[in-house]
Amino acid sequence: MSNGLLDIRNLRIALNGNKDQQVVKGLNLSIEPGQTMCLVGESGSGKSLSALATMGLLPPVLSPIAGSIKLKGEELLGASPARMRELRATSMSMIFQEPMTALNPVARVGQQIEEVLEFHTNLSQSARRKRVMEMMEGVHLPDVEKMYRSFPHQLSGGQRQRIMIAMALVMGPQLLIADEPTTALDVTTQAQILSLIRELREQQGTAVLFITHDMGVVSEIADDVTVLKLGEVMETQNVENLLRHPQTDYTRQLLQAVPSHVPRMARAEGSKEIVLSTDKLCKTYGGGGIFTRAREVKAAQDVSIKLMKGRTLGIVGESGSGKSTVARCIMRLIDPTSGSIMVGGSDIATLKQRELKPQRKKIQIVFQDPMRSLNPRIEVGQSIIEGPLNFGVPRAKAMARARELLELVGLPASAIDRFPHQFSGGQRQRIAIARALAMEPDVLVADEAVSALDVSVQAQVLELLAELQQRLGLGILFITHDLGVAAQICDEVIVMQYGRVVEYGPAAQVLGAPQEDYTKALISAAPGRDWDFANFRPFSEAPLAP
Amino acid sequence: MTDQSTPLAPRQRISPVSRVAEIVTSSPVVLIASIILLVVVLTALFAPWLVPHDPVRLTPSVRLKPPSETYWLGTDAYGRDLFSRILMGGRVSLVVGVAAAIFAVFFGLILGLFAGYIRWIDAVLMRMVDGLMAIPSILLAIAIVSLWGATIWTVLIAITIPEVPRVVRLVRSLVLSAREEPYVEAAIAAGSSTALIMRRHLVPNTIAPLIIQGTYICASAILTEAILSFLGAGINPSTPSWGNIMAEGRIYFQINPGIVLWPGLVVSVAILSINLLGDAVRDALDPRMAKRGIER
Amino acid sequence: MLGYILQRILAAIPVMGFVALFVFLLLRLTPGDPAAIIAGDTATPAQLEAIRTSLGLNDPLFTQFFRWIGQLFQGDFGTSIISGKPVIELIAARMEPTISLALTTIVLSVAIAVPLGVIAAWKHGTLIDRFVMLLSVLGFSVPVFVIGYLMISLFSMQLGWFPVQGFKPIGDGVGKFFHTIALPTFTLTLLYIALIARITRTSMLEILGDDYVRTARAKGLPESRVLMRHALRNCSVPIITVIGIGLALIISGVVVTESVFNLPGLGRLTVDAVLARDYPVIQAVILLASLIYVVINLLIDIAYVILDPRIRYA
Repeated sequence: MSNGLLDIRNLRIALNGNKDQQVVKGLNLSIEPGQTMCLVGESGSGKSLSALATMGLLPPVLSPIAGSIKLKGEELLGASPARMRELRATSMSMIFQEPMTALNPVARVGQQIEEVLEFHTNLSQSARRKRVMEMMEGVHLPDVEKMYRSFPHQLSGGQRQRIMIAMALVMGPQLLIADEPTTALDVTTQAQILSLIRELREQQGTAVLFITHDMGVVSEIADDVTVLKLGEVMETQNVENLLRHPQTDYTRQLLQAVPSHVPRMARAEGSKEIVLSTDKLCKTYGGGGIFTRAREVKAAQDVSIKLMKGRTLGIVGESGSGKSTVARCIMRLIDPTSGSIMVGGSDIATLKQRELKPQRKKIQIVFQDPMRSLNPRIEVGQSIIEGPLNFGVPRAKAMARARELLELVGLPASAIDRFPHQFSGGQRQRIAIARALAMEPDVLVADEAVSALDVSVQAQVLELLAELQQRLGLGILFITHDLGVAAQICDEVIVMQYGRVVEYGPAAQVLGAPQEDYTKALISAAPGRDWDFANFRPFSEAPLAP
Repeated sequence: MTDQSTPLAPRQRISPVSRVAEIVTSSPVVLIASIILLVVVLTALFAPWLVPHDPVRLTPSVRLKPPSETYWLGTDAYGRDLFSRILMGGRVSLVVGVAAAIFAVFFGLILGLFAGYIRWIDAVLMRMVDGLMAIPSILLAIAIVSLWGATIWTVLIAITIPEVPRVVRLVRSLVLSAREEPYVEAAIAAGSSTALIMRRHLVPNTIAPLIIQGTYICASAILTEAILSFLGAGINPSTPSWGNIMAEGRIYFQINPGIVLWPGLVVSVAILSINLLGDAVRDALDPRMAKRGIER
Repeated sequence: MLGYILQRILAAIPVMGFVALFVFLLLRLTPGDPAAIIAGDTATPAQLEAIRTSLGLNDPLFTQFFRWIGQLFQGDFGTSIISGKPVIELIAARMEPTISLALTTIVLSVAIAVPLGVIAAWKHGTLIDRFVMLLSVLGFSVPVFVIGYLMISLFSMQLGWFPVQGFKPIGDGVGKFFHTIALPTFTLTLLYIALIARITRTSMLEILGDDYVRTARAKGLPESRVLMRHALRNCSVPIITVIGIGLALIISGVVVTESVFNLPGLGRLTVDAVLARDYPVIQAVILLASLIYVVINLLIDIAYVILDPRIRYA
């Protein structure tokens, strides 16, 4: 048995201490000093809970019922609360997914770091402050004097996560647990935080337990990888071996589902029929407050797009790029400030609600969050037929059509009288697609429609969309932040930044040979872009250029 | 791993009856509260047949008697049987409580829906709601009753008006957060009319919170009726209510404290039971706590 | 930030305007002749006419309203129909007992309720928590005057520790003051403990589940620090709000408590005015109470700015 820094043996965590409700089932894990171990799994795999158990921070309803967790040979399960408090921050630290909520909103960030020193050292106040400043410089925060006095809401997402990292490492612990630390961040920020973690690990020799669902991130940061599925360890391997020679079917499937960053083969141009186009679409928020001086925000500026029948147009961008604003304007969920929106030959940008209704039929939307996109109180069948009923389809006919649609999206027709909570996230997203299709639209807007799904489910939903498009000749407007997903499904791609279109062209050109600096930066920041996960090799070893 | 192959969860529907049973038996305290409430409601309902004495007949010969075998809780200053008066008094108190809850929820729901959905109504209505909430409810109620005369209707109106703004605010905030839900936006995209969206997607969201709010209003209305009577701005004592029995007993408190304390005990226990039941319903229906999906 | 405060102040104006309009219309739109309602059943026509003239009831509603508003701005709240004295004098004479009772009640309730609520949330689901919850439901359920009479029968009649009724101003000596104000304070405090402890517990519970509390624990901070510095500090907004609104609405509790203990405060004045249908007094008390409510709410809004940097630096 290795004498690692952290040794987890046969860890079992159960709900309410009940043996039959185990969420982690016999986890074994060992980390050497200075090593980075990635814990990978989809939702429900128990990866975060294992980390919280190590820190002794499990919520009260969950408790370890068997096993051992040893840090430098010291047993943590059953250690006194006082001892656990001593170990936290000094020997092991943790950073979290959402740096905005993980920081106290009403305390200055510098003081939140200093607080750690206050309780774990005897340093004088000035020495503490000096140490905090050093640490803040160490994580490359600018203007640390000013930063020290800032509140979390005044910083950017990346700066907040840097503060969290400074806070975690200020006592120089040997182990850093990072629970999806880059998932909530934009791709360029994510790349910076990953490189910071790598840099600090080398400088300080800190071992990292890095929890993620993203194989791209794994390929960037891991030394070793442990794959978890529903609380059980599938395999543990060196990262290179895992990506090249996965031992279990599960890992293989997981890797195969990762969307590749190489754009798919361009499809032959089909119909020239334009189903959706916008011309100089603008949306401006705010402005005109009497006392508050609300700042004017140009959420979308001069966005002109063209979508043909049977084709997929992707809009990619980071948060705040205006991509969702464009989608919501096109759906007329918000009113555009200026510009035109042509749907099937008529301009809907300025139509009144009543005139708009007949046009609504032609364009439908699928949203991001599968938990909220269906009314939890009505049967899914009722949700699907709501639209057709509005347009005068008789109920019996609409219901019969709803059954067909459920089968079309890969669900049994008998699902029609179930409630949304009886379905998984992927199933709900299928139902949402069926609801959109019930209107027989020409255009389907997918607003981050696969972003909340696990990668394997995501691959299936993408496949479904592609299949439906072929069968029905749908034009799809696909909004996403994920370049890999965009590369897999889009014929053409628009890159947006700060409400403006930066680059617009065929997918192979924009994502394969970008012209603009911003597009280049986005692509080079995407984690795992060099790996062809589905074929278990780096692209550099691919037999032919794609 | 595939969401297609996952078998569908078995169909499950919880009937309203078993849901109520589940809430009532959720803890011994709630069970006791429910039983007490049932007893109070039944005795009030059948009071005319249950009372041992005429609750309004004056019998000067037996004024302010202590509890005895004939007069279980003693008599008041006019020789009326206290026990019979308390039984009968429950009718007024419960009617006021239930009616105030229904009216306040009804008007609050309608106004709240409009405020939540139509912007210009919202601006005007919310200023009025703020204004009404600024007026202390007891002061408003006694002012209304003293001006309009003390009948059961004016008392009811006086108690209901200050409760309405709270319901309006509740409904408005529920509607505002529900309209942001993607499923409501999907309904807009499907061409559903505002009326349909309200009926299908927004109103159902308000039902659970309104049931909870309704129980609290019921409790608070019974309390307010008692206070109004106590201050001399309540229903005329010829119709006994828990409040006016106590009000009449005030001056004789040092001689026979029972006239104040017995109805006080009954009204407290009744309100306590309603509040406990309201808490139990809230714990059962609160979406943040309930992990199961909400069935109709 | 200054813009925010200005905006709050401006928003308070229509609210007060609506209150004034409502109070004004309450009498004018009463079914029947307002003068007859005020004067009672035994009034002579001459008395009725006198009331009409003194209230200006013969003019159009519009004129009446703006004349009345104009008078209010000059500090003229009208004249009591019963005593013939200016309402403002009557109110001023009755302020001290009411303010005393309000302050002792709020101070005592906050001192007891906030720690209770914090402990209940921290020890969520334990016996202590259930006890606090039961206490708070009890406080909501038992009418204030029933508590008052229980207090009297126990502490005054049985034990003889406190007087049954009456009030000694603080000028007569601190000891005498507390001796007379103690029972009314205890009575009203029970209601306020219920209110404040409940809100404190609920908001603490919510905040204890927040991520930054977990972060604070992950830093190895002691529980006391986690609770006080990180959790309670973030709860301060809802707690301050409930204390403020409690203070603003204390007139409702005071009306009852003063009646039970026979304190010569605003509450008694109001009840007497109601019984005598002395409408100018009722009107003035309602306006005053609403003004206090609006002003306290304004102060709460300004407190948010101090307590929450997200508003301060918006």
